[in-house]
Amino acid sequence: MNGPQILLDHEQHWVTDMGAWFPGERVVFRGKDLFHDLKDISWMALLLYGITGRMFDDRQLRLFEGMWTLCTSYPDPRLWNNRVAALAGTARSTAALAIGAANAMSEASVYGGRPLIRSIDFLLRTQEQLDKGARLEEVIKQELKTYKRILGFGRPLIRKDERIAPMMKLAEDLEFCDGTYIKLVFSVEKILVRHRSCLSMNIAALLAAMSADQGLSRYEYYHFMVLCFSAGMFPCYSDALNKPEGAFFPFRCERVDYQGKPRRKWISTSGINKVNGNESFQDG
Amino acid sequence: MTDSEDVIHSRIWEEVPETDNPFAASACFCSGFDVYGDLLGKASWVEYLYLLFKQEPPSAEQAVLLEGLAVALANPGPRDHSVRAAMNAGVGGSTHAACLTAALAVGAGQLGGAREVALAMENWRECGHDLDAWKHRLSHLPQEQRVDVWPDMEHPPGFDPHGASCARPIRQTLTYLARCSSGDALPWLQQHRCELESASDCPLAMTGVAAAALVDLEFNAGQGETLYLLLRLPGAAVHALEQQAYGYKHYPFFKDGLELTDDPGPAPQHDNHRERVG
Repeated sequence: MNGPQILLDHEQHWVTDMGAWFPGERVVFRGKDLFHDLKDISWMALLLYGITGRMFDDRQLRLFEGMWTLCTSYPDPRLWNNRVAALAGTARSTAALAIGAANAMSEASVYGGRPLIRSIDFLLRTQEQLDKGARLEEVIKQELKTYKRILGFGRPLIRKDERIAPMMKLAEDLEFCDGTYIKLVFSVEKILVRHRSCLSMNIAALLAAMSADQGLSRYEYYHFMVLCFSAGMFPCYSDALNKPEGAFFPFRCERVDYQGKPRRKWISTSGINKVNGNESFQDG
Repeated sequence: MTDSEDVIHSRIWEEVPETDNPFAASACFCSGFDVYGDLLGKASWVEYLYLLFKQEPPSAEQAVLLEGLAVALANPGPRDHSVRAAMNAGVGGSTHAACLTAALAVGAGQLGGAREVALAMENWRECGHDLDAWKHRLSHLPQEQRVDVWPDMEHPPGFDPHGASCARPIRQTLTYLARCSSGDALPWLQQHRCELESASDCPLAMTGVAAAALVDLEFNAGQGETLYLLLRLPGAAVHALEQQAYGYKHYPFFKDGLELTDDPGPAPQHDNHRERVG
């Protein structure tokens, strides 16, 4: 047994190189003075510096910002995460609760968090194997055999991903379209589409490739994308908040399609009946 | 209603509308039971909770076991990570929903949290009552080959990596719940606790007891993970309310607790500016 030594060592003592607030004086942000060294950088640059500890140049920042602007913030309240923001608005909850919950649930399996991190993981692992001399077809075959599918290819509701073209246009404009991982992701798509036509690339794979080309690790990319859906959530929240309360896609009772057990009577075995008897309650 | 309209499918809930309003329920049925006309006043809270999750009422033994588990989990105490999260929200005057959201986010984790319970339940599914299988699994943590949003597990799930021996409340809970259970997991865990602790090199934790209880109640890992989140919220709620009343001046800030290893020191321009302003 290790016992509590680690806890004893850390009691009232947290050693860090991430930063600190010196009240009334200054802030250190990953070794730099926020008000001096970082005062002129954009919020996107600060976010990425906080995540990676590295500074990115303007062209890279335009690419990263373009990912969020073009690909991840549709203000459509039917989308699952946005719908939570809209529900919070229609139920007259707060903006922070709305956006916090909508972002938390964006760490999903069929979209958002898992496809994002697993897309970059697949690309990084695949390139490692290619560097060791493996053939791409074989790597893909093995991946499909092990995991049944490759996240980042195929899409839940529709085959074509409309974000690919504008994002590639931006990458071309910024001269980022021929990196190792972008080439790889298109090669993978070519093979997968030959296998099954519905497996064309979705934006998770392309953004993963672009991020990998800029040197982001798996977790850096995942952390960078955690807030990426936020801009589309606020309009959904505000829209519902500004309309009559409760008006966002209401369900009438009959639109709950019950498929369970038939009607039956409760036979209680708990002590609650000693107080209330075993009578059913009627109106009144 | 037309066929083209979107509907919610449910095996749990059925509603009959009021005659004057299709959006107001006149009667609600949970798995066939009239909730407000029959179940209310007859079913205890844990019986109803079990019904909601399983769509069948619990046996008397199952209700007693779930009730015992609910009491054991209700308040992990103010030192627990999830409760601390709720108190941090409470002390700053955050919304009560944010207090509970904070508790859920932190209490979801793999150290003492709901994810650990789910992974411990997976151990039961994999190992059953095979002591050798348990010993192997506890000393060789299974790791996902692919990266996931969850970090890698750093200790055997259900056991305390910082423990010196099995804490008394854990043993008391195990003893009581094993006595209540009509299942096999809790009694088996009580019988083999010391061997499992040896294999994992850690003492049993409350997550391990909870996982065995949830297995005996025949919940799956997803249901167990969710119930564990739910059942620990009362403690988070009341400690957040309590710290809100005390106020932030009476709450730890660790004023001298942070050691910054890469402090660049005051920037010269700031000093100059401050001198000018002053």
